[in-house]
Amino acid sequence: MSTVLLLLITGIGLGALYFLVASGLSLIYGLMGVLNFAHGSFLTLAGFLGWEVGRRIGDGTWAGLLTGMLVGLVVGAVVAALTELIFIRPLYNRHIEQVLVTVGLGLASVALFEGIWGTDPIQIRLPEWLGGTTDVLGANIPNDRWLLIATAVVVLVLIVLFLQRTSYGLVIRAGVENRTMVTALGIDVRRAFTIVFAIGGAAAGLGGVLASVYYGQVGAHQGTSLLIYAFIVTVIGGLGSLTGAAIASVLVAVIQQFANFYLGGTGDLAIVLALAAVLLVRPTGLMGKVKH
Amino acid sequence: MTAILTVRGLDARIAGQQVVEGASFEVAEHGVTALLGRNGVGKSSNIKALLGLYERSGEVTFAGERIDRLMTHRIVQRGIAYVPEDREVFGGLTVEENLRLAERGGAPNRGIVAELFPELIQRAKQQAGTLSGGQQQMVSLSRALMNDNRLLLVDEPTKGLAPLIVGTVTKALEAAAERTPMLLVEQNLQVVRALAHSVIVLSGGRVVHTGPAADFLDSDLVHRHLGVSTDEEAA
Repeated sequence: MSTVLLLLITGIGLGALYFLVASGLSLIYGLMGVLNFAHGSFLTLAGFLGWEVGRRIGDGTWAGLLTGMLVGLVVGAVVAALTELIFIRPLYNRHIEQVLVTVGLGLASVALFEGIWGTDPIQIRLPEWLGGTTDVLGANIPNDRWLLIATAVVVLVLIVLFLQRTSYGLVIRAGVENRTMVTALGIDVRRAFTIVFAIGGAAAGLGGVLASVYYGQVGAHQGTSLLIYAFIVTVIGGLGSLTGAAIASVLVAVIQQFANFYLGGTGDLAIVLALAAVLLVRPTGLMGKVKH
Repeated sequence: MTAILTVRGLDARIAGQQVVEGASFEVAEHGVTALLGRNGVGKSSNIKALLGLYERSGEVTFAGERIDRLMTHRIVQRGIAYVPEDREVFGGLTVEENLRLAERGGAPNRGIVAELFPELIQRAKQQAGTLSGGQQQMVSLSRALMNDNRLLLVDEPTKGLAPLIVGTVTKALEAAAERTPMLLVEQNLQVVRALAHSVIVLSGGRVVHTGPAADFLDSDLVHRHLGVSTDEEAA
């Protein structure tokens, strides 16, 4: 029982990390039809800069970590918004070219990060409590999972509030359904593109700092490896669906954890099979809709 | 006739395929101008092209200003409202959100929605995707009518609607046309007869006839260009 509970809660913790990356991917694709391969770069850069600033504030302290998270959030948002304005916007309505640009950015940025911070991951220091565990019904849950889960829940709530309660949120929800009709109502949907990129980048940036907490290190390839799982989550959840991304994040991570433990480390294989099964049974994903 | 919209040599393509070929026509600054033609002749494509929803070339002048190089939202902001074929309401949004999204400028006329379609006020919190086709058309029309527009582009507003709803929609369009000129794409010739002052007829992607609506509808040109007779229209 305690093993199942441990796997379940650690799975949810990993799912929280996947959600932080996948939420932005899903919103960006839903609104703009762009699969953003540069999303991992936002995450990696935010992870590095969050760590750089955080350790100067207080290495291994809560002040340092929380500052790092804030830096990661801001860096993610700013870099993502600039990416949209400089690289994506000039290629408006040319989806193939937009995707190719993001692929190029993703590859080039990894090389840049390796040039600055080296090819080997850097071990980081964390507040002591995060290295400990909490007993839940006999299962010793690593404390960092609680931080991941709490952050993802806060991010989910904030994004939902933004989408439901603000005028730009309304434009984004409508744009995810039918972008052409939004422009035909006289709305400059490109502003919404920048906002969605910034929101997605902020969540990914936060995810970048929390990924370094989860893995205990920062590295140039962190974003690339997480991006693969985030794409799987995004497709399973349904492209463009935030709720779908949240559900799929948890499902994918829990399946991964259980398969790794009970089926001899086959977690990655299990989620690829889950992806194939969802695509066969429900090609639009769990919560995806057919777009106009 | 003084024109609010002038189109000269309009071409449009979708995925490299030409869907509008050298269209030239004018829309009067008063009343309803109907854009007619057989299925697939390019009526909707013309509207989408002049709105910039399709890749296009040619000259489109609206109230004295060239708009053929403007993006769609800029064209609409100049006072051209679009009621698309198949309604295209945002099914995941409520009726109220659909209307709020369409509000432009400082003083949208919500009163006109209550006046023309009181049913929508009662269904304000209902998701638009759960409405009937007729109710969705009311939402689609309301989005266009609540703003202070200078031209309405209305594409097949009665398509697939029950006869009772067709009457409601026709009355709403008639009321709207008293204030704002309209380019109307419509297959139902009784609706055309009730609303239109003039017609533009397309065939093979080109304009083949323009003139007063009544003259066209009473002539054998209806059969030649639309494939229906005046008897069938009456039926």
